[in-house]
Amino acid sequence: MKSARQISSDVRSGASTAEAEVAASLAAIAAKNDELNVFLFVDEEEALRTARGIDERVSRGEQVGALAGVPIALKDNLCKVGVPTTAGSRILKGWLPPYNATVVDRVIAAGAVAMGKTNMDEFAMGSSTETSAYGPTRNPLDPSRVPGGSSGGSAAAVASDMTPLSLGSDTGGSIRQPAALCGLVGVKPTYGLVSRYGLIAFASSLDQIGPFAKNVEDAALLLEVIAGHDVMDSTSLPENAPALVARLNDGVAGKRIGLVRELIEGADEDVVNSVNQAADALRDAGATIVELSIPELRLGLSAYYLIAPAEASSNLARYDGVRYGLRVDANDVAAMNEATRTAGFGAEVKRRIMLGTYALSAGYYDAYYGQALKVRTQMINAFQRAYLDVDLLLGATAPSVAFEFGAKTGNPMMMYLSDVFTIPTNLAGDAAISVPFGVGEGGLPVGVQLLGPGRSEAQLFAAGRVLELAQAPS
Amino acid sequence: MTLPEGWELVVGLEVHTELKTTTKMFCGCANAFGAEPNTNVCPVCLGLPGSLPVLNVRAVDLAMAIGCVLHSTIGFSTFHRKNYFYPDMPKDFQISQYDLPINSGGYLDLLDGSRVSIERAHLEEDTGKSTHLGGSGRIHGADRSLVDYNRSGVPLVEIVSGPDIRSSAQARAYASELRGILIATGASDGRMEEGSMRIDANVSVRKLGEELGTRCEIKNLNSLRSLHRAIDYEAQRQFELIGNGGAVRQETRHWDENLGETSTMRVKEEADDYRYFREPDLVDLVPDEAWQQRIRGSLGAMPADRRRALLARLDNPTSSQLDALEVVVDLGFDELVLAAIDAGVDASLALARAANELAADIDNIANLTPDAFIETLKMEQSAALSATQAKLVLLALLHGGGDPRAIAASKGFEQLSSDSLGATVETLIAEHPDEWARYRDGDEKLAQFFIGQVMKVTKGQANGKAVISELQQRR
Repeated sequence: MKSARQISSDVRSGASTAEAEVAASLAAIAAKNDELNVFLFVDEEEALRTARGIDERVSRGEQVGALAGVPIALKDNLCKVGVPTTAGSRILKGWLPPYNATVVDRVIAAGAVAMGKTNMDEFAMGSSTETSAYGPTRNPLDPSRVPGGSSGGSAAAVASDMTPLSLGSDTGGSIRQPAALCGLVGVKPTYGLVSRYGLIAFASSLDQIGPFAKNVEDAALLLEVIAGHDVMDSTSLPENAPALVARLNDGVAGKRIGLVRELIEGADEDVVNSVNQAADALRDAGATIVELSIPELRLGLSAYYLIAPAEASSNLARYDGVRYGLRVDANDVAAMNEATRTAGFGAEVKRRIMLGTYALSAGYYDAYYGQALKVRTQMINAFQRAYLDVDLLLGATAPSVAFEFGAKTGNPMMMYLSDVFTIPTNLAGDAAISVPFGVGEGGLPVGVQLLGPGRSEAQLFAAGRVLELAQAPS
Repeated sequence: MTLPEGWELVVGLEVHTELKTTTKMFCGCANAFGAEPNTNVCPVCLGLPGSLPVLNVRAVDLAMAIGCVLHSTIGFSTFHRKNYFYPDMPKDFQISQYDLPINSGGYLDLLDGSRVSIERAHLEEDTGKSTHLGGSGRIHGADRSLVDYNRSGVPLVEIVSGPDIRSSAQARAYASELRGILIATGASDGRMEEGSMRIDANVSVRKLGEELGTRCEIKNLNSLRSLHRAIDYEAQRQFELIGNGGAVRQETRHWDENLGETSTMRVKEEADDYRYFREPDLVDLVPDEAWQQRIRGSLGAMPADRRRALLARLDNPTSSQLDALEVVVDLGFDELVLAAIDAGVDASLALARAANELAADIDNIANLTPDAFIETLKMEQSAALSATQAKLVLLALLHGGGDPRAIAASKGFEQLSSDSLGATVETLIAEHPDEWARYRDGDEKLAQFFIGQVMKVTKGQANGKAVISELQQRR
């Protein structure tokens, strides 16, 4: 499939039309969606109508934006007016948002065509897309395996050539881990770089929206479009979107990159090999590789599984059957709330609501949530200290390549460990990118992760580009 | 009501006031009372999935203004989520302030010289409004409930007093003084009947010198009168309960205005656990020195200052004049009254007309110019108009403005000539010889009798002072 940059260029030059690109995307979805369960909703008519509108504007010589005619898939926790949005949950079945997420407005303004909504772990709680109320998504590279999660549908849409771009959200690795398992570039931007307005919240202090693409340039192109201050999000950074594409070829010469022991510890051998090879490639491009240890990162998983469920227990309270979504009738309001939530939420969501409620409860707050906040502060400080010495950090994205269905569903702790390398970045509010590098078990792709301080996206993309070029067939 | 010697009432008040902003606390919806249900709503104040709050800076300005007047410490503050399920709360949590409120500490001095400490005055959002159909009208046992979210997200300040109040009268004075401050700062319209100022009272009784008794929180106090009555009722109830060997149970009680009773609403078996935690969708609130200075600089005179200014113009004020003064300051007519006094109008007359006639027609007050008010009162003072006529002229002015002299002329309010008045008085003296004799013997009360008779005959056209003058000539 053509890259997003190529499609946009062809549509603007008249070499192709948005309608033809959207038709090709629709054909790919029609051919593979039944098998892979990528899209929960395909907005065929609206996509074609939008594409024709773009073509008309091109024919009139109007400006049509950096993503003109590029099909894009939206994770099902992003609101788009009138498009069913469920966050992968039964409790929101049939809900039609009356407003657009800021990122949706921005990609549309840039000329992208929203093809529909992609499958996800329920309320983004999972690492395999198996907790979706609408069935699991299959990994296009090996349909017997998971695509990762929670943004598994958005990863699979790009990996199966249904769309060249997609948007996901990353609370503890939900973009980077599926990107790694599907052989894609996936980015968790600096907290506040991309507006969360219209993103159905999982854990507000950790959630960030970011891009999936097949290459670093397309990911940069999409992030440039969605980033930048938004008055609708109080936690939005004050500045405009950074220039990323223009700095893609900055390289890594003279940079110091830390290879972090805790970010490969416990990973499969094939994954460790890929990370070491990536370090070699960066060194070959002129970077200095420094092996280092940040012991605080080992505390990330525990802190995360208190902070994220605590916030989620509050964020998900509103699904009570009163105003929208599922309602299971009962004798009084409290009984109706309970019946609705019992029927509407899946097991993993219930587990985390209970964990979070407990962690915030009087008498337990200090020992759990309060303690987790302290660990979070330690993590932030530890990263800051590391970045005094190095520009970026390097490690694995996930401990293994894509795993088989059911491999970890019986043991939540095993599943939670899928995110052990990605979670620290969310806790710190920093930026990270996962780039495919090498292959592992079963010929499946391995993702390596580059981490940087807040607002280091341009450096991360440039380093990712170095890794991409190092693998390009010469 | 007073408790017996040796017993003490202890009251602390929580006053919720809706802030008079144009838009709601976290979204751009109109903050307006009385609109069609669920018309002033948007994804944010309906708590739709994915929506986020953005703080209305004007609400912070008004909260800080309240803090300035209450001598609070204004400082770094944060927002927290107060988590509990209730159908009129769209997110099933309320954005409020917890350990770091915008206003901490402070006090309010009352008219009687007492001082009530303020613990905090913090910002929070209002909930929607539920209407329960069938059953008792409360949520339990209702057939169905309707919710109007127009009020959801309206900015509130909750002002929490210390447990310093010792009588229902003091509680009322505190609430009244606070209400005046809220109106004077522009923070609120103070309309209790519309719910823009709501009071909860924490009431307990104890033997003097003993530890604080178990308290009950009383809700549904919709007027200063309810506040006063409910505290008296509750104090008596608790005193009798203890006197009969019982114990007060910590609970929330509902005031029934018709029955004049409080009744159990909710028993607090254990402390509520609202699982407060920092609201991650909002950033810290840092009211720096420049911001505080701007707010302080924008404050006008407070009711206590204005009361003092007016009081200085009264010689040996009577209690009815003091009452009128309260009303005048409360309604913001004090500048008008001062202008009239400056122009030579008698202070008691200006106070009386403002506290009665203008207060009764407050919605039309914009039609009345200070000049017209002063002119009308001067005509009354010079006996060119009777009191009844002056009131009618004021009424006409309030309902359409105009020139008082022209209005008086058009209504035919020519004063009775003294010849004609003299003749009327002569006739009445002849008709009431006994009363006349008593008046001649020095019973001044009978003057009022003759004024009343003259007014009856002249249909209120006569001036009372002129009647007295006619009577005295014939004494």
